Amino acid sequence: MEPVLEIRNLNVDYGLGDRAVQAVRDVSLTLHKGEVLGLAGESGSGKSTLAYGMTRLLAPPGAITGGEVIYHPEQGSPYDVLALSDRALRQFRWAETAIVFQGAMNSLNPVHKISTQLTDVLKAHEPKLSEHSRNARAREMLKLVGISTDRMDAFPHQLSGGMRQRVMIGMALILQPQVVIMDEPTTALDVVMQRQILGQLIDLRERLGFSVIFITHDLSLLVEFSNRIAIMYGGRIVEEAPAATLYRDALHPYSKGLLGSFPALRGPRRELSGIPGSPPDLAGMPTGCSFHPRCPKAFEPCSTAIPVLGRPDIPDGAGRSVACWLHPAEQPVG
Amino acid sequence: MSIPTSSIEQVIPGQGSMAQPEVARPGRARRQRFRFLRSAKATTGLVILGIYVLLAIIGPWIAPYDPSARSNDLVQGPSADHWLGTTHLGQDVFSQLLVGTRSVIYVGFLAAIIATTLSVLVGIAAGYIGGKTDDTLSVFTNVVLVIPAVPLMIIITSTLNNVSDTLIAVIIGLTAWSWNARVLRAQTLSLRRRDFVEASRASGESTWRIIGFELMPNLTAVIASGFVGTVIFAVLSEITLAFIGVVNNGWNWGTILFWAQGQQALGQDAWWWFVPAGLAIALLGTSLSLINFGIDEFVSPRLRSAGKTKVKTAQGRTIRMRIGFTPVLESPMVQATRMVPTINTDGATPVAREAK
Repeated sequence: MEPVLEIRNLNVDYGLGDRAVQAVRDVSLTLHKGEVLGLAGESGSGKSTLAYGMTRLLAPPGAITGGEVIYHPEQGSPYDVLALSDRALRQFRWAETAIVFQGAMNSLNPVHKISTQLTDVLKAHEPKLSEHSRNARAREMLKLVGISTDRMDAFPHQLSGGMRQRVMIGMALILQPQVVIMDEPTTALDVVMQRQILGQLIDLRERLGFSVIFITHDLSLLVEFSNRIAIMYGGRIVEEAPAATLYRDALHPYSKGLLGSFPALRGPRRELSGIPGSPPDLAGMPTGCSFHPRCPKAFEPCSTAIPVLGRPDIPDGAGRSVACWLHPAEQPVG
Repeated sequence: MSIPTSSIEQVIPGQGSMAQPEVARPGRARRQRFRFLRSAKATTGLVILGIYVLLAIIGPWIAPYDPSARSNDLVQGPSADHWLGTTHLGQDVFSQLLVGTRSVIYVGFLAAIIATTLSVLVGIAAGYIGGKTDDTLSVFTNVVLVIPAVPLMIIITSTLNNVSDTLIAVIIGLTAWSWNARVLRAQTLSLRRRDFVEASRASGESTWRIIGFELMPNLTAVIASGFVGTVIFAVLSEITLAFIGVVNNGWNWGTILFWAQGQQALGQDAWWWFVPAGLAIALLGTSLSLINFGIDEFVSPRLRSAGKTKVKTAQGRTIRMRIGFTPVLESPMVQATRMVPTINTDGATPVAREAK
């Protein structure tokens, strides 16, 4: 499959100099065309920092301290997003990569109509478009996300939370970006609305052909909706595998812990285990594998050396990678 | 299906396997205590202000001459005898400046303390209590707001003989609080509807506790900048009064300027007569503004955590950190990674990095 976005050895810090906290360390990840890549992990594992870091949206004192984010446009040669000038970055955003934030529905301006806020983006990025065609595009977007077009002239307070979130998703897609990053887009909504929106999103992806990076702490959601899942812990990716493979047979004890903390709908009953302990303090990381103080299977090398993310030494290890001393890497990634 | 209790106990923070290793952070507490001083702006402002306050205290004692004493050196330029020259009566300008500092600093700070106290009381009460209290206090504030301070002071001082500095400070204080009271009222109105204030009201905290512990810390920046602004305003008012000759009991910088203007110092090319006093005013204003910037950075946790905001990017340019354009830095560690295919992190095994 063709890659659209390649993250190579990305490092993100909060703060500068000796007071810096390394929130994302040496992350390499590839997003392929038309794929839904799930990014899961506990709070504070660096999921959102990774997403904001690669789009350069981190607020100060966040800073990128190394790595590359290679974007492959539909036409033309690939380029590094981290090396773009401010002007080029503005052009790149939304048109090539759009992002839906956590609680994005609160970002709508209460004094403007939905239509105004939808067409605003078009005005900025495609100034040659006539007002008529701008409105047509906005109407089309609303229809795509399942809102009837007579809500065009509604104000944000006249819509429900789910509708507002869908407006935001529509707004993110209006310039037909190749990559859409969703940072817990459904966290504030009830499960029914969550399912509806995600169903629509998958439909849209099939129709429009964009790729999605989906960030959530709800692994059960990812197992259902995504093609591939990357698990993050302490700022690093600890395991990456196709969704079904990961669900069936996770290799990293942390992934197993996450999978063990929600009940399965089908199959035999099993005990919910959870993961003892709490996420590590990013300012004082444990030596070696950052998960070893909480790991039930920790053994001798875990506390001294950091395991490398790479292809595991199991028979059907192709297409997946793990960073764990139980499965030492054959071929490191990145 | 029941969840075994043991697994719940396991996730109680700070217990059993939850206990995190204590990481020693030497010097952290000390650094936090002096954080206010780490801001170059605040330090500069404080040092300058400190010099002024010191001069206000010891100025009259270290002044080489009696500021009113006449001599035969009329309108002389700076010399070893008179560092800042003399006036038309042969008075020493340097001594006048030194002696005058006390009055300026005293009036400035006393007036600001009075005005800030009044504005906090009226502003927060009006904003928080609301209703009839708010209406009454707001009308009162608006009335005071339209009273012009300087003309009022001219009227009061001209009816009284021998006006003391304290009276001037009280009059300035009583007329200068209203603007800050309005700002504080507006800020309080917005704060009182926030969730954390409503929650503390719902949980039965007393009004005074809510005002003291929930609202005041959020208003510190506004109060502090109001205080600093009022000091500047009071100093300028007092100097104005002295400059136009309404108040003439003892020395302050305005008195120096009054005489310099009256004797046409500019026409006589006697720059040493008025430039030092003007610079002293400007420098005092600068130091107070610098302190104000420092306070802003210190009390706003957002600005505080940011620390320094200028960074050097990978392209070698120095830019300001701002939202939406995260800087890309090149750290020495990453540079090493790029050059050498294998690295050692914290004594870990070599991480192989294959060229793509």
